[in-house]
Amino acid sequence: MANVTLRSVRKTYPGGFEAIKGVDVDVGDGQFCVLVGPSGCGKSTLLRMVAGLETVTGGEIDIGGRVVNQVEPADRDIAMVFQNYALYPHMSVYNNMAYGLRNRGMAEAEIKTRVEEAARVLELAPMLERKPRQLSGGQRQRVAMGRAIVRQPKVFLFDEPLSNLDAKLRIAMRVEIRKLQRRLNTTSIYVTHDQLEAMTLADILVVMNGGQVEQVGNPLAIYEKPATTFVASFIGAPPMNLMSTRPDEIKSQLGSAGEAGILGIRPEDFVITDQTPAGGVALSLIVEAIERVGAETFVYGSRQQEEQRVAATPGELPPGEVIVRIPGTEAPGIGQTIRVAAVRAKLHLFSGDGRKRIEA
Amino acid sequence: MQKQAIFQSKLLPYALVAPQLAIVLIFFYWPALQAVIQSFLLQDAFGLSTSFVWFENYLDLFKERAYFEAIVRTFFFSFAIAVSSLSFALLLAVMADKPLRGSTLYRTLLIWPYAVAPPVVGVLWIFMLHPSLGVLSRYLRNMGIDWNPLLDGNQAASLIILAAAWKQISYNFLFFLAGLQSIPRSVLEAAAIDGARPMRRFWTVTFPLLSPTIFFLLVVNIVYAFFDTFGIIDTMTRGGPGKSTETLVYKVYTDGLLGGNLGSSAAQSVILMIMVIVLTGIQFRFVERKVTY
Repeated sequence: MANVTLRSVRKTYPGGFEAIKGVDVDVGDGQFCVLVGPSGCGKSTLLRMVAGLETVTGGEIDIGGRVVNQVEPADRDIAMVFQNYALYPHMSVYNNMAYGLRNRGMAEAEIKTRVEEAARVLELAPMLERKPRQLSGGQRQRVAMGRAIVRQPKVFLFDEPLSNLDAKLRIAMRVEIRKLQRRLNTTSIYVTHDQLEAMTLADILVVMNGGQVEQVGNPLAIYEKPATTFVASFIGAPPMNLMSTRPDEIKSQLGSAGEAGILGIRPEDFVITDQTPAGGVALSLIVEAIERVGAETFVYGSRQQEEQRVAATPGELPPGEVIVRIPGTEAPGIGQTIRVAAVRAKLHLFSGDGRKRIEA
Repeated sequence: MQKQAIFQSKLLPYALVAPQLAIVLIFFYWPALQAVIQSFLLQDAFGLSTSFVWFENYLDLFKERAYFEAIVRTFFFSFAIAVSSLSFALLLAVMADKPLRGSTLYRTLLIWPYAVAPPVVGVLWIFMLHPSLGVLSRYLRNMGIDWNPLLDGNQAASLIILAAAWKQISYNFLFFLAGLQSIPRSVLEAAAIDGARPMRRFWTVTFPLLSPTIFFLLVVNIVYAFFDTFGIIDTMTRGGPGKSTETLVYKVYTDGLLGGNLGSSAAQSVILMIMVIVLTGIQFRFVERKVTY
């Protein structure tokens, strides 16, 4: 049991490339922290630095009140689950799980108890004598989990552990991991690029971009109040609609102060209506495409009579395109014009560069 | 799943493999067959008359004490060459596998000796270890060792083993390096997090994962030591002093070409051929199954 604290952690490679540009995160004891961001944002590097597999070139990493910058991975009392599982291919499932305990000189009887307990929890008991290559992807994943939990470490580290599984298994394992973590109450840091995984697992969500932290907080709080347009478009699927607006337009429509540059509205916050809610926004759209996925329908429409450009951020919408989510029972025809509106409370305002959220 | 090519004519496929088949038949099977036939024949000293003697050449061979000595010697040489060159190459490969500055350069340099022809290797080591000319010999004598491989059989044998092993290190190094690089980084990282120190990591993870490579190289090295050391032996010691460096292959040469006993020489090469077939058979059988994890 331990908390993990990162204090202005930096990573600069010998070539001069700055992978991590000063990150501050505080993960409390027993909390589940998820690092999320697009490829190359430095989230895996950061995790590997916590594990001790990458050197720290600036700042401090603190695990359970001890600065571990110079401590070997073996002595950090952590366990890691790798993306490709990294099982020892020449060892049986039993030995894969026992290896870390044997290295620490634990008695065979105690090892046996721990491995069998982990195997029972993870439903691996019938497979203890098999080699990793005789297991399915999901089973290998569970062995990797087992190898982590038998050690009873202070911290679990997960490096995209579910990305090699198929969609259905991924959802099942996601729930399993969450349940297991709650039961063991072990501090965990989990890296993923899947925002849905991030939202469902996290106690604390850390959204990263370009080696920096964009926003830290409770997942729902981040969803409701994204701090930047990057977070706004990265968290939530389909992404938030972002439209640039002139200050006077904002002022006239929202009655708020003048400098705002980007207006964001989530697809799920639109309703099809002829009315314009007070202080809200109404748009008329020409339907260009629809996606019916059963429970809901996504409408891709282009805005009329406007020349507003969208800010250049990841998850950028093509100029003039707006995504609207409506109930699955409705399906406007292609080419039809619809009028949608969003209430005042559902509008997000950002500065022109997208780096700052403006509270109206 | 095998792809099946469809040919219009029945002759075309045969015509396409014919050149390769012709080479194999003329240069491999034909001489081999000649050797087998020859091994059943006995010629008089002047080559004027030849008689068919069935297995007499083989039986004579097994009665010959020198032949058994050559067998024991060859196995000893092979073992010594394989073990020393494999272990040294593995050591070099493990060190070269570390991410260091200029690693490409010294990896390349370590591969170079493989391009040196066996007789040249022989000459090289002769110059270094010749009793009266050699650079290293002087140091050895200064250290109080009576170094003279031209007279001392054991020293001659160690000289051959040294040169032959040195020649093979590059080849082994190349395979070991490739083998090491094919071990996923994350498996070693997982072992590091699991609390295994570098030495333990090597013996419990790296070494077992290299076992297919090690077994493959072991067979290749034994075959090498059996046959390809001819050039080194011929330039360095010519089987001497006495017969202390005469291996099976070298005996084929001395008995046949120098001793004129073609029948016995042919019988010896047939026995060698059988040994190679067995070794290759073992390799094919086990490389695919047992040793892989």
